[in-house]
Amino acid sequence: MIRSRPSKDPTVPRTPAALAWQRLRADRTGMAAGVVVCAFFLLGLCAPLISAIYGKNPYTTYGQNEPGLLDEFGYPTGSMGGISGRFWLGLEPGLGRDVFTQLLYGIRTSLLISAVVVLIVTVLGTAVGLIAGYAGGWLDAGLGRIVDIALSFPSTLFIIAFVPVVQSLFVSADQQTPTWMRVTTLVVVLAAFGWAPVARLLRGQVVSLRTREFVEAARIGGASPIRIVRRELLPNLWTPILVSASLSVPVYVTTEAALSFLGAGIDEPTPDWGRMIHRGAEVYLSDITYMLIPGVAILIFVVAFNLLGDSVRDALSPSGR
Amino acid sequence: MFGYILRRGLGAVLILLVVSAVTFLLFYALPADPARLSCGKTCTPQSLAQIRHSMGLDRPLAVQYWQFLHGVFAGRHFDAVWCAAPCLGYSFVNQQSVSSTLADRFPATLSLAVGASVLILTVGVGFGILAALRRGRALDKQLTAVALVGASMQVYFLGIVARYLLVDQFDLLPQPGYTGITSDPGKWFGGMLLPWITLAVVSAATYVRFTRSAMIEAESQEYVRTARAQGLPPRVVHLRYAWRGALTLVLTQFGLDLGVFLGSAVITETTFNIHGIAQLAVTSVTNLDLPMITGTVLVAATFIVVCNTAVDFCYALIDPRVRL
Repeated sequence: MIRSRPSKDPTVPRTPAALAWQRLRADRTGMAAGVVVCAFFLLGLCAPLISAIYGKNPYTTYGQNEPGLLDEFGYPTGSMGGISGRFWLGLEPGLGRDVFTQLLYGIRTSLLISAVVVLIVTVLGTAVGLIAGYAGGWLDAGLGRIVDIALSFPSTLFIIAFVPVVQSLFVSADQQTPTWMRVTTLVVVLAAFGWAPVARLLRGQVVSLRTREFVEAARIGGASPIRIVRRELLPNLWTPILVSASLSVPVYVTTEAALSFLGAGIDEPTPDWGRMIHRGAEVYLSDITYMLIPGVAILIFVVAFNLLGDSVRDALSPSGR
Repeated sequence: MFGYILRRGLGAVLILLVVSAVTFLLFYALPADPARLSCGKTCTPQSLAQIRHSMGLDRPLAVQYWQFLHGVFAGRHFDAVWCAAPCLGYSFVNQQSVSSTLADRFPATLSLAVGASVLILTVGVGFGILAALRRGRALDKQLTAVALVGASMQVYFLGIVARYLLVDQFDLLPQPGYTGITSDPGKWFGGMLLPWITLAVVSAATYVRFTRSAMIEAESQEYVRTARAQGLPPRVVHLRYAWRGALTLVLTQFGLDLGVFLGSAVITETTFNIHGIAQLAVTSVTNLDLPMITGTVLVAATFIVVCNTAVDFCYALIDPRVRL
């Protein structure tokens, strides 16, 4: 499958990273998926710029301010949820906000939350996995039991139940919960469950590496545990770490959307894909477009990210096909 | 074997104890006022005081947890009301014990799980084996592509779009919803059909990918090569030898998935408005019904631990090395 192009100078040895990159470059599906993923990130990053050029924002209730855009029941006039040259993806039923900018800013919410969660989960999980796998003994056993317990919680249900409890701690019942706190709560509870599978995966890898000759050699050579972890173990762990991180981004994007759909995640007026689907599910009978747009956006993003993750794995460990 | 089961069973009980303690602590010690959270949206000062007293919230936390555990095994009193074992608490919002509400809701979730599992296993495993046997050919590639898109689908999106098209627009399926199987089997089946199909499309895709790789893995094992070398017909080699090897992996995955089913059913039940246990949790959160919330979380956690332990037992039965 690998069409290795002749290097300019065949005598120059290539690093494993360069080889992996070359394999990824040759994988056309992977590259296409990568372009789509990058496009999502770019759109999210440039959301303020794009909406400035487009001349609208996700908060103004255009449909209510201007008569004629919504009909007497609050649904957008015109076909396909009011898609027109002026409102590219139509209007939100009821409030009459612009769908295109909501979707754009929604990318930011979803990607920010999932990126932060993946970062925390990966760092924490790797650290715990390394410690448990390398130290062994009672530390390994103890950490293993904690992982068992963390994996025994029904995470979705627990998060739905727990978010209001956390918020009741800081915000009294008659006040609105500020957005930053909703986001922080989500990140914390998602990370609180997410580190355990990563730790288990990494521990297994470390245990199988620990007894390999090169690690033994380093130990006999008098290398400190920190040096062994940094110079001998970590370089061999980048593949599982990268693969698990890249495959968990779409998982957290959809989990976050699911929580918002269930009303436990992001709420009004913050733009968010899950919140759009939550509203879309209420009005789907009269205006399916408002449901389709965020749903298809999530689908494209998840398919692209999964394809990219598969390609990254194949590029990093070609034998694992 | 007996020693292994005993060890593993004790471990499971220990994990359950810790999970229940952590859940109890988080939900009863953390909120500023658990009584307020149990009182519901329409709360009067009198009922608040009554709840505070009958839940024993004025006593130390350790005593409260002990009372809770005691209730689970031997039942307990909430003022005049007797809550029989296994008592997971008393919902002041519904004026009903948590366990009896859970028992009312259980058939709906069970129907969802059983029907969806049958579909997922037959469709997912069937297509997975097919893809593995046609490895590298057009059918394999098509199945893998469809499985990728299916696995990327979300129940909350696919379910509503399918409902819009199949039920509301073209009237091909009846309205989704749960009816008791004993009261009207036809309506029960019709109402559950769309939720089953939606869950199957989303989850069967994972099983197609999983079964495919497990089969390919098994096909490369030496015992399969030996069977082939002995001149056994291909059908026997695939289905009697390779499939046996893949079966354990698929069953393990299924056991683990079944464990988390109750927790993840929350999305399906909300999408199709099925009044099951998971949906009960969501309504309890909106109604501020703390005993009901902790009850559902604990039942879901128990389900996970029981399923994981069952998987371990099955594994030990099949593979004696595990018992060591």
